[in-house]
Amino acid sequence: MGMTISEKILARASGSERVQAGEIVKARVDVALIPDLTAILSFKAMKEMGLDHVWDSERVVVVLDHVAPASSINAATIHRDIRLIVEEQRIKHFYDVDAGVCHQVLAEKGHVKPGMLVVGADSHTCTHGAFGAFATGVGSTDMGAVLATGKLWFKVPEAIRIVVDGALPELVAPKDLILRIIGEVGADGATYNAVEFTGSTIEAMSISGRMTLCNMVIEMGAKTGVVEPDERTLTYLRGRAEGSLETVKGDIDAKYKRVLHFDVADLEPQVSCPHKVDNVRPVSEVEGTRIDQAFIGSCTNGRMEDLEAAASILRGRHVHPDVRLLVIPASREVYLDSMDAGLLKVFTEAGGLVCNPSCGACFGGHIGILAPGEVCLATSNRNFRGRQGSPDAEVYLASPATAAASAVTGVITDPQELR
Amino acid sequence: MIEMKLRGRVWKFGDDLNTDLIIPGKYLELTDPKEMAIHAMEGVDSNFAERVSPGDIVVGGRNFGCGSSREQAPLALKYAGVGAVVAESHARIFYRNAINIGLPALECPGVTDAVYAGDILEIDTTRGVIENTSTGIQLRFTLLPVFIGKILNEGGLVAYLRKHIDEW
Repeated sequence: MGMTISEKILARASGSERVQAGEIVKARVDVALIPDLTAILSFKAMKEMGLDHVWDSERVVVVLDHVAPASSINAATIHRDIRLIVEEQRIKHFYDVDAGVCHQVLAEKGHVKPGMLVVGADSHTCTHGAFGAFATGVGSTDMGAVLATGKLWFKVPEAIRIVVDGALPELVAPKDLILRIIGEVGADGATYNAVEFTGSTIEAMSISGRMTLCNMVIEMGAKTGVVEPDERTLTYLRGRAEGSLETVKGDIDAKYKRVLHFDVADLEPQVSCPHKVDNVRPVSEVEGTRIDQAFIGSCTNGRMEDLEAAASILRGRHVHPDVRLLVIPASREVYLDSMDAGLLKVFTEAGGLVCNPSCGACFGGHIGILAPGEVCLATSNRNFRGRQGSPDAEVYLASPATAAASAVTGVITDPQELR
Repeated sequence: MIEMKLRGRVWKFGDDLNTDLIIPGKYLELTDPKEMAIHAMEGVDSNFAERVSPGDIVVGGRNFGCGSSREQAPLALKYAGVGAVVAESHARIFYRNAINIGLPALECPGVTDAVYAGDILEIDTTRGVIENTSTGIQLRFTLLPVFIGKILNEGGLVAYLRKHIDEW
């Protein structure tokens, strides 16, 4: 019996010839990612474990992103304390409040390579499976153990293989595909599993789109999402990642818990409705729902491809007078690229508000908080009650094109109607 | 296996109770668990933190603790006084986080139908049995894997590693 790509990575990282699903292994971590709001607890846990210094100051990446720049005295204090820790621990890769969302920064700066074992003190660390890594989110005490020892225990996950074929219709995006999948699998349908994406649609999909898919596997409970690395992966990483690049692939006779097939040729734009991510409907079933705010950004959909899709709708149009449109590029690189491409002008002329790269409105601690009774259509990854402000507000999730079209009309709208 | 007997009053919640509901994002700027505890379950029950008593047991449905990796969620529950979280199933990161801070997180299929809010439960972690003393109904829960039981038995991963870092 062969091994899945996840089993191969965990076998290598745990120094074993082979591992199989269900086994508990202790494995060496290649990269540890720490964002602002979980950093203090993580470093505190390390010290309480009796270790004064991180195991490897070159393998720890710290990013201030959730409340960037600080919006309160508490947040400012956390940021100040993290800067002191970074200095004390001589952490080589530190990105301050000007960098962007940790997952976008980690990818752009080439910290993740195929075959790596990546842990992050943020649940959306699964994003990095887009590069053929085994990447998963952990809490602060687990991160403390990693900082102290460089190692962590993992239960080798069973894998679900998702085969996707067909060409995505115009203005239908990877976001629509992952929402469709989550609607089918359910919020806990992949708990403790690795979700592998494969098929002709995935082969033809950009790195940006693959990141969107892997980003949201946590919303069906998965431990990680993964796309086998290919030439696209290597092309993205050349010039970003240091050292040699090697690919890793699963065996043909690897064992899967489930195999699901999707054909996207006729896929309609999808919308996740309040207050659960798996409450997914085709846009035609929720069209006409009034919105107060549209948010385009986040680690799910704040990249160039996303902003280009939104701009293609907004160019020459104006945001509805009753709607606030927030556009938040996921990183400084995306911000600069979209500036060069004229996209920030498009958004601003259309009546949108471009904010600084950060987690922004996704997380509800900072920019774009919702009042009771308000409705937001967001391109981010969670629509939990209270996620973006008042527990009496509602959040719908959709693609950047759907968000842009809805911002123009003031109601949830199929972007294909504004083509 | 760990030896622990727990007894407490039930607070009952539904399926997919996410960590944003257990502690909303705006409180993640807090670093003192006692301050987090003031906001425990604020997203679903604003009276919870005030009315929960030491040792009380949170009973959840499927996928308890889904969403964000914030360890502030189990910390808020623990410091509010919660003695254990028993659910039909737990989301992966919450489950690890709870064990790591020494808060028993148990999976007990059927628990939702067998208990009501306010019932008194007795949990025998050695035998894997939960008794609802209000109704006499007994339920079996999935025993923790030995290695995970050891972490919990030591009071969490910090205490475990202080003792066993050489074996890690």
